[in-house]
Amino acid sequence: MASKTVAKDIITLRGSAAIVSEFFGMLFILYNRGVYPEESFVKVKKYGLPMLLTQDEGVKSFIANLNSQLSEWLEAGQLQRIVLVIMSKATNEVLERWNFTIETDSEVVEKGVSREKSDKEIMREIQAIMRQIASSITYLPCLDEACVFDVLAYTDKDVAVPFTWIESDPKLIANPQMVKLHSFDTKIHKIDTLVSYKNDEWDEQ
Amino acid sequence: MDAGSVNSSPSSSSSTSRYLKSQSRFPLQEQFLQRKKPRENLDRFIPNRSAMDFDYAHYMLTEGRKGKEIPPASSPSREAYRKHLAETFNMNRTRILAFKDKPPASVELFPPHFFSSAPQDKSAKPRRHIPQTSDRTLDAPDIVDDYYLNLLDWGSNNVLAIALGNTVYLWDGSNGSTSELVTIDDEDGPVTSVNWAPDGQHIAIGLNNSEVQLWDSTANRQLRTLRGGHRLRVGSLAWNNHILTTGGMDGLIINNDVRVRSHIVETYRGHEQEVCGLKWSPSGQQLASGGNDNRLFIWDGSMASSNAATQWLHRLEEHTSAVKALAWCPFQSNLLASGGGGDDRSIKFWNTHTGACLNSVDTGSQVCALLWNKNERELLSSHGFSQNQLTLWKYPSMVKMTELTGHTSRVLFMAQSPDGCTVATAAADETLKFWNVFGAPQAARPAPKANPEPFSHITRIR
Repeated sequence: MASKTVAKDIITLRGSAAIVSEFFGMLFILYNRGVYPEESFVKVKKYGLPMLLTQDEGVKSFIANLNSQLSEWLEAGQLQRIVLVIMSKATNEVLERWNFTIETDSEVVEKGVSREKSDKEIMREIQAIMRQIASSITYLPCLDEACVFDVLAYTDKDVAVPFTWIESDPKLIANPQMVKLHSFDTKIHKIDTLVSYKNDEWDEQ
Repeated sequence: MDAGSVNSSPSSSSSTSRYLKSQSRFPLQEQFLQRKKPRENLDRFIPNRSAMDFDYAHYMLTEGRKGKEIPPASSPSREAYRKHLAETFNMNRTRILAFKDKPPASVELFPPHFFSSAPQDKSAKPRRHIPQTSDRTLDAPDIVDDYYLNLLDWGSNNVLAIALGNTVYLWDGSNGSTSELVTIDDEDGPVTSVNWAPDGQHIAIGLNNSEVQLWDSTANRQLRTLRGGHRLRVGSLAWNNHILTTGGMDGLIINNDVRVRSHIVETYRGHEQEVCGLKWSPSGQQLASGGNDNRLFIWDGSMASSNAATQWLHRLEEHTSAVKALAWCPFQSNLLASGGGGDDRSIKFWNTHTGACLNSVDTGSQVCALLWNKNERELLSSHGFSQNQLTLWKYPSMVKMTELTGHTSRVLFMAQSPDGCTVATAAADETLKFWNVFGAPQAARPAPKANPEPFSHITRIR
């Protein structure tokens, strides 16, 4: 999808939106954090890395639906932030919050100009984030209970609420630990990654 | 600001402006600006008639009162503070949306609470014909023309209850028969509120003498009287399972457990004037209450009386007139619509989780009641002067779909039939009208079942 719209070093709004939404669509974090069962994944090569993609039809169509909505917002420049929240299934307590802040180049949205950045360079940046996320397991606290997740989208106020979304509270973690990860930039959308997680009480003596 | 316009008025030339500042004008001004400019608030007790502007003073004493009625909104510092707060909490700048897909236990499970019933059949949705006239009209003599009461309710077993003067009448929607439930003694009446319990069999009746009666409508028998809670008339009622919440003219909201002898289990204090709007959210977790003090409160049912400091979850003061019309959105949790009275005329939408005002629409006339369409994303509002109309709005665009006129006086009360299609309206013109505004009764129902939303079958990601 991305390679079709991104020709050479010119990147358009549409192409950028496709890259970004595909990036979210990976939902890689959920595998890495054990929210999915391992057997429902297969290995594919993506961003020059072995990535795990889900084979579950339900999850696939879920991601497709999520992606189409995100692309729509991204192309309109209305999406400010995407948050993946991992919560305890039993208590609904928020354990982890993966925060992706999106800065959109408003000139591109308004005037429809394109920017120059090579596909390769963007992929390299995404690759760096993926590596970081994969290695984050080493310092994130163990999720030893059953978890569910939630996707939050921060949009502009004038956005009409789509049918599959509802108004929500931010689901913040009280007094969290925060780690900033790499960011990537398509020159149109700049994505900053930040993970916040619950303080581990035993370590905080 | 007003201060600026006063200084620039022709009578205050530059040479005398110092006198003016120190004397007659600003004391008056200050009263309305809520001590906004302390440095200009000099000695206000030395009269200097030559420096006084009597025309201005007269204006401020008479016409200026209009400003005084809405001090919260008119204070600039308060407004700035509110904006700052909103900015800090990201409240009005962004919308926070959650993907509806809350993962439950199993993939196949189709949770009953999941709102797949709202149709979103984008491919084939024919334009619905909305009849412009009422389906039928019934006489409603002696209906009390009081904005603050709630005299009409349609129960889940398709019986409509209406209070006319001292008497509560029942109208059976299935066969159109009418019966009298009870007539209250003159000294206790009139009836100030009626509300069906969720079972559609029991009904609560609020009275002018501050008592609430519970009746079994099938046996035509009074079950009990709740008294001792309110000091003044009970104008609003709301059921939440076995809890009957009553709102009184004394500003109190009381939760009564109707099963137990000492029925008062909780009292919410927040309103300073009569509580005229009272609605529990569909989940039964949040209670919205509106009062004649222009305030809208959101109470958390589960919070109970745990922390006594602030019982309420949110205190919303954006309305500039009494808040009577309240309606919880059936298809989007945490969304509340509220309508203001004659000086406000707006419909506002709230995220009751964050307390953020999502939208506000000026309707041009007093909002008496609000109802959501259960089958479509639409909102119906009933109004007073000058058109006494019903307005159907598309949500969230708030485009007017149609206006229904027919009542000749303000449309005080609205109730929705159990199937969600018919709306009953009672107006001060002593008529009760029925409108098929939310679609034909048969056509609307099967569609939602057959067309669940695009990927509602995936309720969990594992």
